Amino acid sequence: MDFYLTALLQGLCLSGIALGIYISMKIFNIPDITTDGSYTLGGAVSGILLSSQLPGGLVFPLVVLAGALSGMCTGLIHTKLKINPLLSGILVMTGLYSINLSIMGRSNIPLLNYVTVFNRFHFVDNLNQNSLLILLVIVVLLILLIGYILKSDYGITMRATGNSENMVRALGANTDRIKVVGLAFANALTATSGFLMTQFQGFADINMGIGIVIVGLGSVIIAETFINWMGISSIWISLILVCLGAIIFQLVLAFTLSMGINPTLLKLMTALFVLFIVSLPQLNLRRRTI
Amino acid sequence: MINLNHISKSFHLGRPNEVIALQDINLHIMQSEFVILLGSNGSGKSTLLNLIAGNIFPTNGEVSIAGINVSKLPEYRRSKWIARVFQNPLQGTAPDLSIIENFRLAALRTSQKKLKIGLNADFIKEVGERIETLGLGLENKLNQAMGSLSGGQRQALSLLMAVMADIKVLLLDEPAAALDPRSAEIVLNTADKLIKDYKITAVMVTHNLKDAHLFGSRIVQLHNGKILRDINKEDKQILTHADMYEWFI
Repeated sequence: MDFYLTALLQGLCLSGIALGIYISMKIFNIPDITTDGSYTLGGAVSGILLSSQLPGGLVFPLVVLAGALSGMCTGLIHTKLKINPLLSGILVMTGLYSINLSIMGRSNIPLLNYVTVFNRFHFVDNLNQNSLLILLVIVVLLILLIGYILKSDYGITMRATGNSENMVRALGANTDRIKVVGLAFANALTATSGFLMTQFQGFADINMGIGIVIVGLGSVIIAETFINWMGISSIWISLILVCLGAIIFQLVLAFTLSMGINPTLLKLMTALFVLFIVSLPQLNLRRRTI
Repeated sequence: MINLNHISKSFHLGRPNEVIALQDINLHIMQSEFVILLGSNGSGKSTLLNLIAGNIFPTNGEVSIAGINVSKLPEYRRSKWIARVFQNPLQGTAPDLSIIENFRLAALRTSQKKLKIGLNADFIKEVGERIETLGLGLENKLNQAMGSLSGGQRQALSLLMAVMADIKVLLLDEPAAALDPRSAEIVLNTADKLIKDYKITAVMVTHNLKDAHLFGSRIVQLHNGKILRDINKEDKQILTHADMYEWFI
């Protein structure tokens, strides 16, 4: 049971990435690979600052800022230099690898003996249940924040930018700036995931971000399947489903591992699982037309 | 309201394929006039509309709107005066957003898009009342996605969206050309009503002589980049269909 609880906690940690990908991918229609780098960046900044015994309340804003800056770089490269968003993300992600390594100074920073968000607060005695409560509070706050932003006037403009850019431009808005802000926001969320995960697993690692974009993507696609299936238009429910998607994703991975699959094959399983979810609508469709 | 002084527009200037789209156009459109721009293909009427909107800039001459010289202002900086409805109903709306969200965007045309919730109960009520005047029964479907509506409904809503913010000029680029006759009639009647109710200055490009006869307070016919005819309100009232058909023979 603890095994699945850990998966649930990891899923909650990764909700930030899922929400970030939801914004870049579903709202702006931009496949943002910066995620791999900005997640590690969040971890690297948390690792180095927390191990210097800085309070978490100060570290968190700096992590958010770092993530936002990386998203801004991708956004500016894409909008100002007119470079394909996929390539812009890859460029920033590649550059971030060196930056992350410079920030950390070594490839791994252990945090086991330092104060983290998980051992700072004590609501219940059980360590895992305590973490669950803390993470639930954080994720609910994230959903409330994003939901509010997306429902605000600026948020409606953001959503329209990904949907009908011509219209937004004709309405007198600078769509380039909106995209840069949106990508900054998405990567700030991704860095938040890095911040949480580093403290949860007790270390920051330079390779922690490899292939993490697929986790976010998979979560969003799981959520989308539910959204389409149940015909949901509410933003609040969509955001909750995106976080649920992240949790389901981790639970499925935990399940495959528990079946005795070699952990070496974990990334392959992840890729195959995402492939399965992505192809689900197609498979369904074919059965229906026959 | 709109003044075009000695406007010329050439494309591919100085190259063998140079096209002179407009030559020395002088057009003065008064406040709350509804001008119909007529002309055969290639006569320059779309170019003229684009010059007013700010998609393209004149080669020579000056465009001024409400007394301000806007010759060098790009489209998004003119949007506080000008709203535009396109021929393609898909172009003026965001299909995945709901009707009410589309209206919220339109209402923000002239103001800053802030991080506050503007889509409140008052706003929904106001939009609902405005949409009711269309008589299309859409006031109960405010949360429905824009993309689920028909082209005619979307076009009628884009017109209403255009007047949500306090605009001075409405540009209509063959707004009914892509619609069936019944939807076209609804859309054009809506446009006519809104232009009169809100005292907007409007310019509509059309190919349809019947519409040109029925709507508007003035007809300007372009031919080869020049103004061939300019029919004012009094003369337009005594104009017959037959007279107009002869212009194109």
